[in-house]
Amino acid sequence: MTGYFLQAFIYLVAAVIAVPIAKRLGLGSVLGYLIAGVVIGPIIGLVGEETTTIQHFAEFGVVMMLFLVGLELEPKMLWSMRNRLLGLGGLQVAGTAAIIMTIALYFNQPWTIALAIGLIFALSSTAIVLQTFNEKGLSKTEGGQNAFSVLLFQDIAVIPMLAFIPLLALPELVKKAQSAVTTAAEHHEELSLVADLPSWGYAMVIVISIAGLVVGGHYLSRPLFRFVASSGLREIFTATALMLVVGIAALMSLIGLSPALGAFLAGVVLANSEFRHELESNIDPFKGLLLGLFFITVGAGINFAILFNQFFIIVGLTLGVMLLKAAVLFLLALIFRIKNSNRWLFTLSLAQAGEFGFVLLSFTVQNHVIPVETAQTLSLVVALSMFLTPGLFIFFDKVILPRYENQSNDRVADEIEEQGSVIIAGIGRFGQIINRLLVSNGIKTVVLDHQADQVDMVRQINTKAYFGDATRPELLHTAGIEEAKMIVIAIDNRESSVELTKYVKHTYPHVTILARAFDRGHGYLLTQAGADIVESETYHSALELGAQAMRSLGHHPFFVEQQKAAYQRVEDRKSDKLYKAWEDDSEGERFDNNYRKLFMHLEEQIKVEMKTDRSDRHAGGERGWTPPPKGYADNLDEQS
Amino acid sequence: MAKKKVLILYAHPSPRRSEVNQPLFNACRNIEGVTAIDLYHDYPTYNINIDREQQRLREHDVVIFQFPLYWYSTPSILKEWQDLVLEYGFAYGSEGTELHGKKFLCALTAGGKEDAYQSEGYNHYTVRELLHPLEQMASLTGMEYLAPFTLFGARTAKEEGRKDVHVKAWKQLLTALVEDRIDYKKAQQVEKLEQSLGDIVTGEQS
Repeated sequence: MTGYFLQAFIYLVAAVIAVPIAKRLGLGSVLGYLIAGVVIGPIIGLVGEETTTIQHFAEFGVVMMLFLVGLELEPKMLWSMRNRLLGLGGLQVAGTAAIIMTIALYFNQPWTIALAIGLIFALSSTAIVLQTFNEKGLSKTEGGQNAFSVLLFQDIAVIPMLAFIPLLALPELVKKAQSAVTTAAEHHEELSLVADLPSWGYAMVIVISIAGLVVGGHYLSRPLFRFVASSGLREIFTATALMLVVGIAALMSLIGLSPALGAFLAGVVLANSEFRHELESNIDPFKGLLLGLFFITVGAGINFAILFNQFFIIVGLTLGVMLLKAAVLFLLALIFRIKNSNRWLFTLSLAQAGEFGFVLLSFTVQNHVIPVETAQTLSLVVALSMFLTPGLFIFFDKVILPRYENQSNDRVADEIEEQGSVIIAGIGRFGQIINRLLVSNGIKTVVLDHQADQVDMVRQINTKAYFGDATRPELLHTAGIEEAKMIVIAIDNRESSVELTKYVKHTYPHVTILARAFDRGHGYLLTQAGADIVESETYHSALELGAQAMRSLGHHPFFVEQQKAAYQRVEDRKSDKLYKAWEDDSEGERFDNNYRKLFMHLEEQIKVEMKTDRSDRHAGGERGWTPPPKGYADNLDEQS
Repeated sequence: MAKKKVLILYAHPSPRRSEVNQPLFNACRNIEGVTAIDLYHDYPTYNINIDREQQRLREHDVVIFQFPLYWYSTPSILKEWQDLVLEYGFAYGSEGTELHGKKFLCALTAGGKEDAYQSEGYNHYTVRELLHPLEQMASLTGMEYLAPFTLFGARTAKEEGRKDVHVKAWKQLLTALVEDRIDYKKAQQVEKLEQSLGDIVTGEQS
């Protein structure tokens, strides 16, 4: 037990120190984990043999990642991107893989290894590139969008690659591995349901399992999630999400398929579910940690002897791979008419190998496709190219961009800027009206609510609604708050809405916050927390009912409307003063005597202003038309 | 050169559909000395702030109504503006002298062709004749009325390339007003400003 604690502690310490530093240096978290692994492995030697065992465990992070990749794939979005996805992404992967394979063949590698190497280097680093795009605000540029389509295609292409790689197994490697296994322990055989089935039976089992997965995911997951959500226990929802992924992985292993493939499929099935964001935010931390662990083990497994012995070969290989990838990308940018600085952004941002390279490498080794020594050299190349990526972005910023800046200034500004979406937190009686107004005007909204039946109802009227607690940072993140223009906070809880306002104001200062207040005091708290616009939930409806009362008492509707406007005007003017008085007052007793006095005074003022006639020309209360004095026309005649 | 301050009160109830008025309004926003007010933007519920509007009038030397001609008159918010802002004791009456000496003109677009706005055309009156109520409003409030600045056949002006010409002339007129390079006598007498702009604007742009 002590040993486990110690080990876990070492891994965590390494990650906690290395990752934030790497991020600050602009290297990204993946490199941070790798460095942490290098430090605790080859450099200090704190961890050693057991990393391989841990690696198997950590590979579950890859399964979770693919589940999340699947969740993010909305069929609609994919369809609208199909040209760029297949054209740019497909040509990039196929072209790069083919060229690298040819070169590898030239250096006398067997074709299976050459192909595997080609596939490994065709992939780029989604983690580093997307993170850098976000940090530098390049996501919405043409270059950034195109790079994103390529990365998405690569992420999807990993799935068939994982299915395909075992077919490339080298007979001599397999033999070696088998003899090692038989001599080591024969009872170590993996559990399998299908080992003794004939091949037609095996095919049947596969078809039934996958069909079960799709149908079950579609029809059973919703009642299950609803049942769990109704309990209101967050950890049980997390447990359900984990159960789902682990269960699928187990099922796939039992029938001899890749767990990653199954998880991906399950993700796609659930991509349209209203529980998507909640699932994402529950799985995401586990995925992050396990994937981090995976990269640490990769770092710990780096063989420094190889690096020093073959230093020039590895550096040469790295530069060669990057140049080649850049050349393919540049060519594609030319073909697809990506212009100016965007062409360079596209070319430079994707020129590295990526984290999926590590995944494929460890997978190829397991499946006896690539010998361990070659894999170690290659993983050094992958890591080095990732290390060089921040340099490429710096090169883009400092050298490429200034050249094109003059040109881009001449461009006529686009007429309508891209509309950022609006997040609506809370879709009860209040949020619903806001959502309907916005959606019916073609404004994109993302709705979050923690009541499953509410979400269901809104979904029926064609709205993107998701189940989840909007006050949780992860859920806001997955709902896309980074790109959102504004958030409407209409959740049914005083304290949480103030907390949420504070959090959003602090973390995403670019997002405009519109908040619903329960009453005056709550409104002040929201303003203080940083809400840009606060509306009291009762104010307008109460005013309207008051106006209705005046009309029913026989006042002319047009007069009532004007009095209502006058009331609002005075109220607007005084609410600023009242807020200041409230803010200046003592901390504990918010509505103390000073505030009360001011409130009474302003209440008097409303009465005075409502009664004033504009004809006495002193108070500006009335805004309506007032008649000129009787007999004024005679005077006009005299003047002319 | 004495600089004049120009106030444009713009009224278009559906600016997103506007093909001429909105470009005209956009063009005048960046001219120094011109204050451009979109009335439907400022008062979407017609609750015109009388005090603020009166203060605006005090601070300017030239007042321009800019609008599309609806039923031979202004869109309704400009009428509401007149009804409320031009109060007795402010704009007229023995003490109502705040507008005295200011210049007033209308910049408008009309759907019909120019020959429709003739005594023999189907509209029977010229634009200047149709705007007589506004001319008289200027007279009673002591403002100097200048001839209207009109674009006829506005629905097809964009397609026929007349819009850009008009926007250019509009900018020229506004700059001349700001720089006080206008032959006011001529500007009062002519039927319409846009045709004789060359004679009315004097001197070179500074």
